[in-house]
Amino acid sequence: MDIKYPAKLPKVTQIWARYRLQLCLLLILPLTIILPRVGIINPYIDLILIYIGINIILTVSLNLVNGYMGEFSVGHAGFMALGAYTASLLSVWVIPDTLNPYLFPLTVTLGGAVAGVAGLAVAFPSFRTRGDYLAIVTLAFNMIVKSAIENIDAIGGPRGFMGMDKMTSLAWVYVWVCLTIFLARNFIFSNYGRGVLSLREDETAAGLVSVDTRQVKVLTFVFSAFLAGIAGALYAHILQYIYPKGFTIAKSTDMLVMVYLGGIGSLGGSIMGATVYTVVLEGLRSILQILGISQEWRQVFAPLMLILLMLYRPKGIMGMRELRFLIPKSERTAQKTKPPSDGENGDMHTLEVVS
Amino acid sequence: MTLLKITHLTHHFSGLQAVNDFNLQLEKGELVAIIGPNGAGKTTIFNLITGVYRPTEGQIEFDGKQLVGVPTNQIISAGVARTFQNIRLFKELTVLDNIRIAQYSQAEYSPIEAVLHLPRFAQGEKTIRNRSMELLEIFNLQDQVEAISKNLPYGQQRRLEIARALATRPKLLLLDEPAAGMNPAEVEALIELIRMIRETFDLTILLIEHQMRVVMEIAERIKVVDFGQTIAEGLPKEIQNNPKVIEAYLGEEE
Repeated sequence: MDIKYPAKLPKVTQIWARYRLQLCLLLILPLTIILPRVGIINPYIDLILIYIGINIILTVSLNLVNGYMGEFSVGHAGFMALGAYTASLLSVWVIPDTLNPYLFPLTVTLGGAVAGVAGLAVAFPSFRTRGDYLAIVTLAFNMIVKSAIENIDAIGGPRGFMGMDKMTSLAWVYVWVCLTIFLARNFIFSNYGRGVLSLREDETAAGLVSVDTRQVKVLTFVFSAFLAGIAGALYAHILQYIYPKGFTIAKSTDMLVMVYLGGIGSLGGSIMGATVYTVVLEGLRSILQILGISQEWRQVFAPLMLILLMLYRPKGIMGMRELRFLIPKSERTAQKTKPPSDGENGDMHTLEVVS
Repeated sequence: MTLLKITHLTHHFSGLQAVNDFNLQLEKGELVAIIGPNGAGKTTIFNLITGVYRPTEGQIEFDGKQLVGVPTNQIISAGVARTFQNIRLFKELTVLDNIRIAQYSQAEYSPIEAVLHLPRFAQGEKTIRNRSMELLEIFNLQDQVEAISKNLPYGQQRRLEIARALATRPKLLLLDEPAAGMNPAEVEALIELIRMIRETFDLTILLIEHQMRVVMEIAERIKVVDFGQTIAEGLPKEIQNNPKVIEAYLGEEE
């Protein structure tokens, strides 16, 4: 739907009104290159921002399956591992060193692609099983990936793999985050995304109104796994060292906390959840250091937070709601009129708009 | 022309015979009702036609195609649509989304075109949206487009469910107790609605109903089932006075 602006407005204003989001995002890009260079963003903050970005991609990825589709995957670290290892092997073994910086987008994409293919491994069991059983399937998948890597000596086995250049920069992460959110948003607000929602609501009824539930599941799992793989590839090229133990169920738990903290079925929530969680966990590191307590206690934090969230705020910060700028324009006008509320407190099921 | 032909349809639920040797031939444009006491296996017949269950035995032929073993969504896309006895809308979604979801198989763009927002996406979405608005207007729901469907009054939810079924572009519509829980005035409106959509959408309708008023007024033929068996069949007038039917509904006379 086109929004008509009064004709007398100058052209610049029209363009601004139409593309202001795109322009703002474009203006930030040079900042992500310059600010770390000149030292306004110090290396520590730079690293935290990169982690936030990677975590946003992971959270969006898991939210597609757990939030939008209403399935329960607890093994997304497996996809991340596949992306990380694929991209690392490519940049160390296959691509010549001189070409590495130029081919980095391709390396990352291929990492995502391999993870995406693995997404099929989880999509097919999901045809026949749901809920708890599918959760167990994803858990098994996570363990299989980890154990498989541990047993392949050529890629370092349990010792891990290194030798990647530090190619992940704030600018690259920024680009990938924007791309992830753009693609995920387009997917959700499309015929296929509506199919995903219908599966969450009532899978039998979905089939009975012509939704190809198998197609929806394949698309969602593959897309979600692809994004997790992208995140893994970026992660490998900032850490420059990956090992199987870094992709266990503990990593998957981190993702779960970020999804449920930010809010299921919400991209805005994914951004918030990933940001808050990363910052809080970093803050915790300093606090534990000052108090002289072992850093191991951070491991307790994620599961504990998951329990508390499930008890007190099962829908997270933004559960089922969306930030206005993340809704496509054609859908937005439609969202303006609020549904008549039947006064259930705290019962915000709908895709309400928060500006 | 025969649109639906069911022969020797039988279905067991672990020992319980829910449907037993059920036969039905439905001509194009007909409106046939299936009646029978609770638990007679009426809804099971709908579930068998739409592929929710796979029959133990029997054939279902629709529009020249065999339906047994075909996945549900393909049966729907082939032109069968249904509503549910207990309304099964996508409760937390808007009225518009309920209708749009039912056009899933009609989308004119691929997932890649959707994710990258290529031109065909906008075009396809527009088609879906326009068609949805047309349908909602026919069902007088155009003011509720953005309402969450669970917040609609009961009568409107029923209407929305029928609208959603029609969004799949069916040739055959299966209505499962559409008058359940309605007061006499609503029933009257429903009868009018069924007549209207039958004309407008050129439908063949198979109806399960308890309320005799609805059945007697609109059905052209009636089939009575009990314990999965067909016990009577004929014009509404014939059925009304059939002692077997009265017995099934009211119990034997002492």
